[in-house]
Amino acid sequence: MAATSVYSIVLALLTAVAAGMVGSFALMKRMSLAGDVMSHIALPGLGLALLFKINPLVGGAATLLLGTVLIWSIEQKGTLTTDVAIGVIFTAALAAGTILTPSEDLIEALFGGFQPLTLGWFLVGVAGVALVIIFLALQRHRLMLTILSPELAAAQGINVSLLDLSFLLIFSLTILLGLRSLGALLVGALIIVPAAVGRQIATGLTWFLTASSVAAVVSVAAGIIINLAYPQVRIGNMQLNLALGPAITSVAAILFLVSLAFKTGD
Amino acid sequence: MRFGQREIISHLSFEIFPGECFCIIGPNGAGKSVLLRTLLKLVPCTGEIIWAGDFKVGYVPQKVELDMRLPVTVDDLIAAKRNVSGATRSDRDEITEALDLRKELLGARIGQLSGGQLQRVLIALALIGRPKALLFDEPTANVDLPGEEHIYEVLNRLQKQYQFTLVIVSHDLTIVDRYATRVLCLNHRGLCVGKPREVLTSAALEELYGSPLKYHWHDE
Repeated sequence: MAATSVYSIVLALLTAVAAGMVGSFALMKRMSLAGDVMSHIALPGLGLALLFKINPLVGGAATLLLGTVLIWSIEQKGTLTTDVAIGVIFTAALAAGTILTPSEDLIEALFGGFQPLTLGWFLVGVAGVALVIIFLALQRHRLMLTILSPELAAAQGINVSLLDLSFLLIFSLTILLGLRSLGALLVGALIIVPAAVGRQIATGLTWFLTASSVAAVVSVAAGIIINLAYPQVRIGNMQLNLALGPAITSVAAILFLVSLAFKTGD
Repeated sequence: MRFGQREIISHLSFEIFPGECFCIIGPNGAGKSVLLRTLLKLVPCTGEIIWAGDFKVGYVPQKVELDMRLPVTVDDLIAAKRNVSGATRSDRDEITEALDLRKELLGARIGQLSGGQLQRVLIALALIGRPKALLFDEPTANVDLPGEEHIYEVLNRLQKQYQFTLVIVSHDLTIVDRYATRVLCLNHRGLCVGKPREVLTSAALEELYGSPLKYHWHDE
């Protein structure tokens, strides 16, 4: 296997570690759907970048940044129309992204896949993962108090709205990191489904974060193996497309079903 | 104090003295919780709030936002507060002990706690880091289990032990009578401030709650 493919696989696995942790906090913050909204917002950016032949991730990053600020300002207002706004943004971004993305790149943009990765971009990716993990390690206690009660956190001197914005940025960065392998439609799953698994089987925050990350890594590893070994499976007349994003998401969903049997507490 | 165009509280001025138990009473929607949040500087106001010196405040919220089905334990919350406030381990142990949070309770998921236990956890969270004042919103919203020490007795005991100022929002006039050093009657504006038995006359209560109401003081 070429070094560039190895970089791609290693980065996908590292991203899974970060995604499990970010997802655990996102689940606690009741922002499970934000992952889908954000990833869809990335799509028009990817499309524009592909049109203008620049690195798609740069385009994705630009629109994600826009989306982050948008969601943050909606959160700050805290009005009842939040879900309406999110519903509109979500679908409009998907439509715009589909229109803009050149059709030969569309499937990969939507459902992910492997492109070989240069050493330079690999290192940028690793730095991104490190940033996510370090942020969460340093801020986990502040995040916990803010999730418990924003007032209590503020009384303790925590700048809640700044912390919310920082978390959203870290969340967007994680989406961006997962975008290559899972694609815009499914990258939200890498953040939320493993965290849902962790929530079922863990007791205590440390175990919750660990279990979510492990579930994410297992999903990505199994998804990669499935995709490499059987990109397409034919059963009778049926042709199954095991693109990378759907393969990873399916494994994660199966893990979630299994985790229901091991449910602790409640 | 305003939310958008809506004015919640106006014409209000009062002082709280160190070490006292200051109660804020008033009907539903009078702005009691808003006032408490204003004291925490979470709600903008046009007036002035002056805390003496470097005043550390602990806050016990009326309700928590956290989904109770999450795998978060009491220990996770305590650890979070200890780290953010920079409190020492021995400080933490002393406070969890004072609130009778035993080891098995610390390891429990928050969803397994009774209303009274959750309240004791929230008080412990507020006290870790030794605030000079404790702001307490509607403590009777949660009910104690029979046989548990009443939450006000706990507060009263802790106040004597740690010498903090206690600011309580309450509906319960019995509590006001028994524990408050002074009381503020609030109904969108300050109606009266003073010692409970001096200011809480039937006329004052009628003005506050809008209907004739008489409270019988219990002499112990």
